[in-house]
Amino acid sequence: MELTTLWFILIAVLWVGYFVLEGFDFGVGILLPVLGRTDKERRVLINTIGPVWDGNEVWVLVAGGATFAAFPEWYATLFSGFYLPLFLILVALIFRNVAFEYRSKGSGERWRARWDAAIFHGSLVPAVLWGVAFGNIVRGVAVGPDKEYAGTFLELLNPYALLAGLVLATLFVTHGALFLALKTTGDVRRRANQVALRVGPIAALLAVAFLGWTYVERDGARLLEWYAVLAVVAALALVGALVAAHRGRDGWAFAGTAATIALAVAALFVSLFPEVLPSSLDPAWSLTTTNAAATDYTLTIMTWVAVLFTPIVLLYQGWSYHVFRRRIGVANIPDDEPAPEPHRPTRPAAARS
Amino acid sequence: MDALDLARWQFGITTVYHFLFVPITIGLGFLVAGFQTAWHRTGDERWYRLTRFYGKLFLINFAMGVVTGIVQEFQFGMNWSDYSRFVGDIFGAPLAIEGLLAFFLESTFLGLWIFGWDRLPRRLHLATIWAAATGTLLSAYFILAANSFMQNPVGYELNEATGRAELTDFWAVLTNPVLLVGFPHTVFASFLTAGALVLGVAMWRLIRRRGVDTAAFRSAARLGAVVVLVSGLGVALSGHLQGQVMTDVQPMKMAAAEGLYQTSQPAGFSVFTIGTLDGSDEVVSLRIPRLLSYLATGDPSAAVEGIDDLQAQYADRWGEGDYAPNIPVTYWTFRLMIGTGALAVAAAAWSLWSLRQGRVPTSRWLLRAAVALPLLPLLANTFGWIFTEMGRQPWVVFGLMTTAAGVSPGTTATEVALTLAGFTLVYGLLAVVEVKLLLRAIAAGLPHEPPPPEPGGRPAGGDAEELDEDERELAFAY
Repeated sequence: MELTTLWFILIAVLWVGYFVLEGFDFGVGILLPVLGRTDKERRVLINTIGPVWDGNEVWVLVAGGATFAAFPEWYATLFSGFYLPLFLILVALIFRNVAFEYRSKGSGERWRARWDAAIFHGSLVPAVLWGVAFGNIVRGVAVGPDKEYAGTFLELLNPYALLAGLVLATLFVTHGALFLALKTTGDVRRRANQVALRVGPIAALLAVAFLGWTYVERDGARLLEWYAVLAVVAALALVGALVAAHRGRDGWAFAGTAATIALAVAALFVSLFPEVLPSSLDPAWSLTTTNAAATDYTLTIMTWVAVLFTPIVLLYQGWSYHVFRRRIGVANIPDDEPAPEPHRPTRPAAARS
Repeated sequence: MDALDLARWQFGITTVYHFLFVPITIGLGFLVAGFQTAWHRTGDERWYRLTRFYGKLFLINFAMGVVTGIVQEFQFGMNWSDYSRFVGDIFGAPLAIEGLLAFFLESTFLGLWIFGWDRLPRRLHLATIWAAATGTLLSAYFILAANSFMQNPVGYELNEATGRAELTDFWAVLTNPVLLVGFPHTVFASFLTAGALVLGVAMWRLIRRRGVDTAAFRSAARLGAVVVLVSGLGVALSGHLQGQVMTDVQPMKMAAAEGLYQTSQPAGFSVFTIGTLDGSDEVVSLRIPRLLSYLATGDPSAAVEGIDDLQAQYADRWGEGDYAPNIPVTYWTFRLMIGTGALAVAAAAWSLWSLRQGRVPTSRWLLRAAVALPLLPLLANTFGWIFTEMGRQPWVVFGLMTTAAGVSPGTTATEVALTLAGFTLVYGLLAVVEVKLLLRAIAAGLPHEPPPPEPGGRPAGGDAEELDEDERELAFAY
């Protein structure tokens, strides 16, 4: 296999890993105001993903880095072209990540309500916008002869891409709800299961519409039959997940949405190949695995690094999920830390800074 | 301002801001690991409580380092797409490797450390903080490898057909002389920064919260002070080596550090100058003879090339143009870097002296020093980076690509202005929150809860035990 093809697959794998993993923690974040009726319930939700969300997010950093290394032209066009959506994603992630860490370090309803809002919006905005970004990648954008994006921000908000955003967000909500059903106890667990059964069918309808539309959009793509196979299996996996959720099989249900997301993302990459960013202006200007790639020397080094270290990463990340495998419920959440000792009235001026 | 200027400001602001948190993360990670190891070895709960106390400061800081780091990785593509196309073959690899080797390690093991107090055997739990700290070092190495290529491109060749720089020797990139001296300099500076934070906070507690946990904070203060002094020496020595490498590969930057226009043998170093730096209207200048020769080459009588000669050489080689960086900026940041760093070391030495033979400090001046201590190294780090990045101008990759040529051609000034304003606003807001939280955590002092029980081996009648575990409160929860 050509190294460029191998790296196309590896980058697809990184995005699959990112969406499967961060997908459920985005879902948990979006469900925070829905499923967390009291502060302790919201803390249950946050603590199910507390130990792992940061590791999940690294998948997108490595995906970005790997794209930079393996397909510099793709990285350059994509990141400068999708300028404002990426900015919004960054701001959302900044607030969300800080919120997880800072929320519990203060008390008071306003403090917590603000960080809760940050977690909600910080999860919803990237979930939708990553979908919009992928929709545009698959559909193709106005890439000029200089490989630069020649379109506008508004062109990125086309119906197909917006549908992709809706699909991703609803899938993540379903995925997150099933994760919560698997990881919590009591009321939260029951309500999470209900939400999954309610949002799941909507996600399924939207996903089928999107995957069908993609089939039309990518007419003439080299591996279109393979795309169709993967897309159908992805849809079936989602149906399977909902059946399992209905029967209260939390583990199978979660595995089902994980498979759905993985297969759907894989399908999109398959529908693209060998293009990485089609040009809507002229097919000759499309970025492909060959005209966007780094040199064979760089790809060889990167391949060795990936072969040596990816298994180790998977091993310890898997182990961390094993360590935190236990369900948690309201009873496991400790009471708030006591407020710090009050300041003394006689403070020397120097201590005020 | 056009898109180029705005993109440069954006890079400057977001990078300087990011690097306020990074050195604390690197240094404090290891110091907290050290505290926890001391607890593990001695069983003295003082170390456990210090681990939790400084661990909390570490985590408040770490969150900011992570989120501002994501912006950095995206920014190359967003604002500097032509740069990314030109060097991606070389520059992307260390970034990807940094993610795979360092970011996964940091984030996963830090998650295990934060939430694993009652989930992991103590030895294993101790290992997680060391793993996370190791991740921060790896991260520093690879990102500095990428930056060092911009200062001194090695292991590449220019491909005429593709018009880009292509990697020919990755080992050369990983052993770039600029990297081999820059990495220790950065790591020592990080330990200096973290040591000063540990010391400053402990001194503040000793003076302002008299009689509360005196023994523990005395230990922390002394440890912090020693770390600052040792790292200060390391920073100075590695900095001296760095100066020599710089003279070798970027002589213009060395000349700019002094504002040395005429090639001189030997060359003196001015501690400060009032008036213009090119000598045309100099009012006062305090000069130490031969010092620049020594700093730049290790030989106090060697010649140091001046800006005018270098400008002529560069114009011969690369054509007409202005090849000198902004001299007042490089001149002053170089001095302020050394000055603020040295002040931190002096404050640490004074603090250590005040703690001798079981003494507890009381002086108001020491309290002021305690407040200044964590801030001075942050300034020194900032000036250092501004110096080295501004000193590289007008190049983005020295000798290969100018900064002006690297900017994204399709991005409008309005877009860059919008994101610049957005990031600045968000960063400013979060700075206020972060400082508030740090002060709150410092005011709260050492925790009083005993260490959580170790997860024991499961006894024979496992079911009852299991239920117990499920009902128990988490040792740590967000």
